[in-house]
Amino acid sequence: MNPLLSVKGLTKRYGAFVGCADISFDLYPGEVMGIVGESGSGKSTLLNCMAGHLTPDEGQVVFDTRADGPRDTITMSEPERRMLGRTDWAYVHQHARDGLRMGVSAGGNVGERLMAVGARHYGQIREKTTDWLGRVEIDASRVDDRPTTFSGGMQQRLQIARNLVTGPRLVFMDEPTGGLDVSVQARLLDLLRGLVRDMGLSAVIVTHDLAVVRLLADRLMVMKDGRVAEAGLTDQVLDDPQHPYSQLLVSSVLQV
Amino acid sequence: MIELKNVSKTFILHNQGSAVIEVISNVSFSVAAGECVALTGVSGAGKSTLMRMIYGNYLTQSGEIHIGDIDLVRAEPREVIKLRRDVLGYVSQFLRVVPRVPTLDVVAEPLRSLGASEGDAKASAAALLHELNIPQRLWPLSPTTFSGGEQQRVNIARGFAYNYPAMLLDEPTASLDAANREVVLSLIERAKARGSALIGIFHDEAARDRVCDREIDMSRFTPGVAA
Repeated sequence: MNPLLSVKGLTKRYGAFVGCADISFDLYPGEVMGIVGESGSGKSTLLNCMAGHLTPDEGQVVFDTRADGPRDTITMSEPERRMLGRTDWAYVHQHARDGLRMGVSAGGNVGERLMAVGARHYGQIREKTTDWLGRVEIDASRVDDRPTTFSGGMQQRLQIARNLVTGPRLVFMDEPTGGLDVSVQARLLDLLRGLVRDMGLSAVIVTHDLAVVRLLADRLMVMKDGRVAEAGLTDQVLDDPQHPYSQLLVSSVLQV
Repeated sequence: MIELKNVSKTFILHNQGSAVIEVISNVSFSVAAGECVALTGVSGAGKSTLMRMIYGNYLTQSGEIHIGDIDLVRAEPREVIKLRRDVLGYVSQFLRVVPRVPTLDVVAEPLRSLGASEGDAKASAAALLHELNIPQRLWPLSPTTFSGGEQQRVNIARGFAYNYPAMLLDEPTASLDAANREVVLSLIERAKARGSALIGIFHDEAARDRVCDREIDMSRFTPGVAA
């Protein structure tokens, strides 16, 4: 089995400052990997380099495309990379506002993605959109309302529907539950877990919340100063951390 | 089915003066299909630690742990995940679930991840919950608000939902009343009869004598205790 995503020696510098350095890993179909670390550890830089939002200085991001097999997405042409971003990849932003079109209705936000990949039949677009709003527990009566009238949790769920409606194979998530209150967070986690299992998605989730990665991620990477401090099975890294920094991180969690 | 060769474990606590704690040294034993082996020894002898090493959530520094045809010590994360889904079950002492997920779904989840349809998985889950005397009115509720004994039984139902070829049981009869203890012991006996290899920790001696074929005294492998 080919890895779906294979990152090799990825490095990004901001002048003399190291964003992330020499990151390598393979992600297989259906796997969910968490990336944790304190702010400034390079986890968002890494995610943005993988998703094509930033250009890394060195390294490869090889994705197993449907048509041509494994391709390095960094040396790929811009239109090809954009096409990938609309079809096989999805990116869930921490702030739903960054991932939604706030001036367009909820239904429009979801339907637009379908049209971007060639759907033209209004009835079918409408039907699929309503189906997805239902899956993320947004009431059908709100389909014509703008996201500006939604709560934070609803906006986040709408962003997830907008991203998953085209049936991507790989989802990048940047703090998907950040800034939401705990009861909304729990519902979103349950939703994401079900979607990952039922659609066989692979995902890379950046977060600083260890409880979130324990529930969502199979594998975990701990970053410190732009480098990988430790990587392994999620429960192994959390229950028996080996690196001094991961031990500090795990022992610093407050018990409820 | 399960085979351990010269397995050792040391904890290094980097943030507490780099204290080095040797917990287990040179454990070797094997468990055949249809056999149940008890780990015994005083508290702190390393019973739970060894159990977690066999499940893979504690890292093993040296030695080999073979389960089926996989050496857990050298396996890639995705191989361990597959092993846990298809081969190795674990009934821990604590239930860890996503908040707000109904009990029935919690128990059905291992079957769902193996590709069972929602209906089949829920039917099996319902049968187990019924056998373990969890009232049906509790099934649509999240187990996070249940009593200790109820949570323990939900955990057991989840662990036994699928017929794993290898199972680890950490105090499966703790905090259960006599009737439910009997149900759990019969689940264990049925698993043995089906040919599962089991390793358990039982403080309940009568239960241990009834279901276990052999005992392994962990104190023999604990450097601190033996010295």
